[in-house]
Amino acid sequence: MTGAVVTGLGVASPNGVGTEEYWRATLEGRSGIRPIRLFDAAPYPVRLAGEVDFDAEAYIPGKFRAQTDQMTQLAMAATVMAFADAGLDPAGMPAFEMGVTVANSSGGIMFGQRELQQLWSQGPTYVSAYMSVAWFYASTAGQLSIRHGMKGPALVLASEQAGGLDAVGHARRQIRCGTPLMVTGGSDASLAPVGLAFQIATGMLSTRRDPSRAYLPFDRDANGYLPGNGGAILVLEDADAAEARGVPGVYGEIAGYAATFDPPLDDGEPGPDTAAYDPPRGSGRSPRLRRAAELALADAGVAPGDIDVVFADAWGLPALDWEEARAITELFGPRGVPVTAPKTMTGRLYAGAALDLVTALLSIRDGVIPPTLNVTEPAPGTDLDLVLREPRRRTVRHALVLARGLGGFNSAIVVSAPTTHARSST
Amino acid sequence: MITGLGVVAPGGIGTKAFWETLSAGRTATRPITLFDAEPFRCRIAAEVDFDPAREGLSPKEARRLDRAGQFALVAVREALADSGIADTVDRTRLGVSLGSAIGSSTRMEEEYVAVSDRGRDWLVDHRFAVPYSYPYITVSSLATEVAWAARCEGPVVVVSAGCTSGLDAVGHAVQLVEDGTADVMITGATDAPLTPITLACFDALKATTPRNDDPAGGCRPFHRDRNGIVLGEGATVLVVEEYEHARRRGADIRAEVLGYANRANAYHMTGLRPDGLELAEAIRAALAKAEVSPSDVQYVNAHGSGTRQNDLHETSAVKRALGAHAYDIPMSSIKSMIGHSLGAIGAIEIAACVLTIRNGVIPPTANLTEQDPQCDLDYVPLVARPQRTDTVLTIGSGFGGFQSAMVLGAADLEAA
Repeated sequence: MTGAVVTGLGVASPNGVGTEEYWRATLEGRSGIRPIRLFDAAPYPVRLAGEVDFDAEAYIPGKFRAQTDQMTQLAMAATVMAFADAGLDPAGMPAFEMGVTVANSSGGIMFGQRELQQLWSQGPTYVSAYMSVAWFYASTAGQLSIRHGMKGPALVLASEQAGGLDAVGHARRQIRCGTPLMVTGGSDASLAPVGLAFQIATGMLSTRRDPSRAYLPFDRDANGYLPGNGGAILVLEDADAAEARGVPGVYGEIAGYAATFDPPLDDGEPGPDTAAYDPPRGSGRSPRLRRAAELALADAGVAPGDIDVVFADAWGLPALDWEEARAITELFGPRGVPVTAPKTMTGRLYAGAALDLVTALLSIRDGVIPPTLNVTEPAPGTDLDLVLREPRRRTVRHALVLARGLGGFNSAIVVSAPTTHARSST
Repeated sequence: MITGLGVVAPGGIGTKAFWETLSAGRTATRPITLFDAEPFRCRIAAEVDFDPAREGLSPKEARRLDRAGQFALVAVREALADSGIADTVDRTRLGVSLGSAIGSSTRMEEEYVAVSDRGRDWLVDHRFAVPYSYPYITVSSLATEVAWAARCEGPVVVVSAGCTSGLDAVGHAVQLVEDGTADVMITGATDAPLTPITLACFDALKATTPRNDDPAGGCRPFHRDRNGIVLGEGATVLVVEEYEHARRRGADIRAEVLGYANRANAYHMTGLRPDGLELAEAIRAALAKAEVSPSDVQYVNAHGSGTRQNDLHETSAVKRALGAHAYDIPMSSIKSMIGHSLGAIGAIEIAACVLTIRNGVIPPTANLTEQDPQCDLDYVPLVARPQRTDTVLTIGSGFGGFQSAMVLGAADLEAA
């Protein structure tokens, strides 16, 4: 089967817009978690999040800005960067040979709330004609295909916070089915008053006010997570097609992918107070996350011993951290592989968690594993080799990236070092 | 292989009622009753008469689930029972690919109204939100519900591509079965767009018809005086199963998905060019995948949304892809009867194709009393046509510029 290789990266993250800006911040342990400024968060118990300092005008023409929510703008900016990085001008490519699979989870909710307010406070004639195309989940795939003239397969996948990986898995499948180039990844911008209010109601967010003590996955002080806006886009190409066009460099290969699903706890349905559908600690139910990882490894044709680093999902709630730690230790042995969660510097980006794939590819390129920020005392019983405080030098040939989504979604991707045309550090 | 079917559509719940509506050529479009539509430009729609308790949903399910989720649950239960798959499948190789354009937006809007004090407050009051508020903004929660109902442990995802979501979700499911990722996929789509905000969106675009004085005749695809969409709602769930898996357990194979392709027009989020180039390309690619030639196609289930731009775009696309054969192939729009249920309709139309093949009857385009001279194909006006079909094509276009096509064939037990 032909390989699918990553030839371009684009990042719009709370701790850096631009791949190199993001990577520098991540290695230096600079966080993008700050008090919310997109709206007045004073009434809410959660006031910290990862917002993107973002000059949309620098990347996106006015007509696209007017009809898009930030969830789409983040992906549009990242796509411009990713094409430039891949040394590609899509205008010079055959239109039907470029497709788009991106992930989204909560739609264009800031745009949506504004128009809902217009409707309910003033009436239907005050609703923008752009509401329908800015809010709906597929918006980003449509706008990216229009902006860059891509006429191949295009759609959006949603599986809450696992969607970013699922989109890349889907894009790889489209390449195998004959589309030589796919723009893929994910973006979300859940930070609007109504988006935050609904997230708070899950009971899963940290209400801490100190940015360094809030989102602490695998820590004994884990108390929830913080959300972030953000997006990451990868240009994925058929390896032979990339070679034929004279690609400037390859970051790596999407070598393995799998997804699994957690059924509900028992034969019944979840109670109305069940915010987390995933199996709680002590339920005795084996997490399907491990099976997703095993299937991804098998798909990549590698053994656990070949994996040089795991980018953890790192939910930040004790029970869910414990489940993930157990999956990792069952697979790799106690402290058997370096584990890291650079998302501690961005917050959880929902579909934007495709960013972990970018980070893994940069680890491969530069031979360094970025740290998990703020975690100081791993929870008893986790038994992970967490990369804390400082980046760790290590040749990375294969990295495992894990993601979970509320509702039972588990996904895993193995990214592997390129066999040829490897990128060198910039 | 399609081995199970469940349908919730305007005109009646369940596959049987759905087919009765279509084969009778009966329109289910009517004045909106779900909320007060008086302030809106378009005040007609195709509603599902839906009582959650009567359809077997528990009070808890009815409380937890948005209308789109309720439709999906009823449809998945019918499909699972129809397929008889429940006890025979390896759950780790059972997945879900569910389409939806706008997710649980009915409850989302209700929750918004509650937390914002009817739109007065920008800084909404989080204390009025409930744990289920968040799943109402994340479309994937619908796939979770379907996966729970089917007790899946394999790959589960929502496919969202506007009005082609249903086609694309089933297309994705077929890809997973073909490449061996899953033995069985529960697939289809659901949407419940009959809400103030969605009606307002379509009003703002003037995409829906203002034909409020003729609700039953509101949706008139390919008619010279058609002037817009009539919104609908509903769900369809299909069981898509690997051939050997279906054969081993002696499943009743209803039809086979022979080919699928999707393309983007890269032109406009809501506009279509009259040349139909990208839809034609999707059709060509789906036929190529199916190894079916244009002359083998015996029926086209049209997108037929009821707008002039669609009629011209789609007619061109079909001619471009099927050549001279296009004139000989009956092509009809069931949206004329059950409206346009956004992401759900693509899956509902696949169900219509399965039933067309099974029953040897082509559903008509209702309300087509006077064809637009620029639309010069055989649109099966007004009355259903008894005709055996073994190979059919269904096509769709959607906001975002998405264009999708799927080829279905009669179950052929000699094959493979």
